[in-house]
Amino acid sequence: MLAHVFEQAGLATVGLSSVRGQAERVHAPRMLHCEFPLGRPLGRPGDAKFQRGVLRAAFEMLEAPSGPVLLDYPEVIVDEQAEQLSCPLPPRHDGDSHPAVEEARGLRPAFERASENVLRSGFGKKLTADTVPDAVAAFVRIADGTPFEDADVPGGDLLAAGHDLRCYYEQAAMQLADHVPAARQTENWVYRQTETGKVIRAAAVAMKEAGVAQPLWFYLLPASQAD
Amino acid sequence: MSDQSQGDQKRGDDAQGDVLLRQFVNDIPVYDFDDTTFTKPRLLAEAQVAIVTTAGLRTDGDTYWTPGDQAFTEIPVDADKLALAHFSPNFDRSGFMADPEVVFPVKRLAELAADGTIGSVAPLHYSFMGAQPDHNLETMRLDSGPACAERLKRDGTDVVVLTPI
Repeated sequence: MLAHVFEQAGLATVGLSSVRGQAERVHAPRMLHCEFPLGRPLGRPGDAKFQRGVLRAAFEMLEAPSGPVLLDYPEVIVDEQAEQLSCPLPPRHDGDSHPAVEEARGLRPAFERASENVLRSGFGKKLTADTVPDAVAAFVRIADGTPFEDADVPGGDLLAAGHDLRCYYEQAAMQLADHVPAARQTENWVYRQTETGKVIRAAAVAMKEAGVAQPLWFYLLPASQAD
Repeated sequence: MSDQSQGDQKRGDDAQGDVLLRQFVNDIPVYDFDDTTFTKPRLLAEAQVAIVTTAGLRTDGDTYWTPGDQAFTEIPVDADKLALAHFSPNFDRSGFMADPEVVFPVKRLAELAADGTIGSVAPLHYSFMGAQPDHNLETMRLDSGPACAERLKRDGTDVVVLTPI
């Protein structure tokens, strides 16, 4: 859509597409569909040559005498999303705390080692590193049946807190893993391998079964992680 | 597929996340322009190029972008504190965390300017946030989009690279 607006203003555009069906119907002047993992429109993190190749292919569309033009980038990237991320979780020390709360506390050193990347992760909508354990405890209460409005979520915004917990965990995982993960590997690790991820999923189920309005539990998780 | 039926469908290990999401968003309504304006570009080797992304990037230290907000942010070419403020949970974020160029390839443009592929890199770039609930995108079509276009032209930009998330 922005391509149309910009071209009407006299700017030439080249657009990268992640969803071919939308690109087909938008009829933008020049679109290059790239079948890459969602969230990685230039394809491969850390691969400058590959990224330049994508841009060069996009710029080649400027040579077309007329449009709309819709091309497919010849290389497809399908990451092994089901492959589990090898990422150590902190051992338990405190038998009195819920495992998820203790786990969140235990990841703080890894989170803070990547402090310069906090903004990149998107962490901080409502939580701070100090309030992360309290947020996890709130989700534990919701999973156990406490109405979400009575669960004392830090910042008072459940969806923002859920988002921040994911970002906190993903940032820690990026520090602990010894390689750049495949797309969605850290997401799968959060929601399938960590105690907090399991609690968030349980909280979403509890809210759904309690008849809470759909957006409030549906967007607690990526759609691919819901049961 | 309705949100309700999607929420009830078993997923996770049984389906790749991107396959599911692409199925879901593939047929989302889009605004139907009457025709496609096709601007003849300046010679690329002489053109100033800017990036406009819908990744919801911010440089003001804030990681919050309100769903439904169709405004844009300004990103200087040398910005070093990019925040991924997009509200949607439905895409991989680790790629951007590892390498912002995989979403916002400003250094790649500089390399293409250095080898003569493009003329120059714009001093200012811009970000909107995609996944808007209003599929007509009225504000973006009639207000913020044209306003961004005027800024791009004011900055001397000839060609815009549009990147999604």
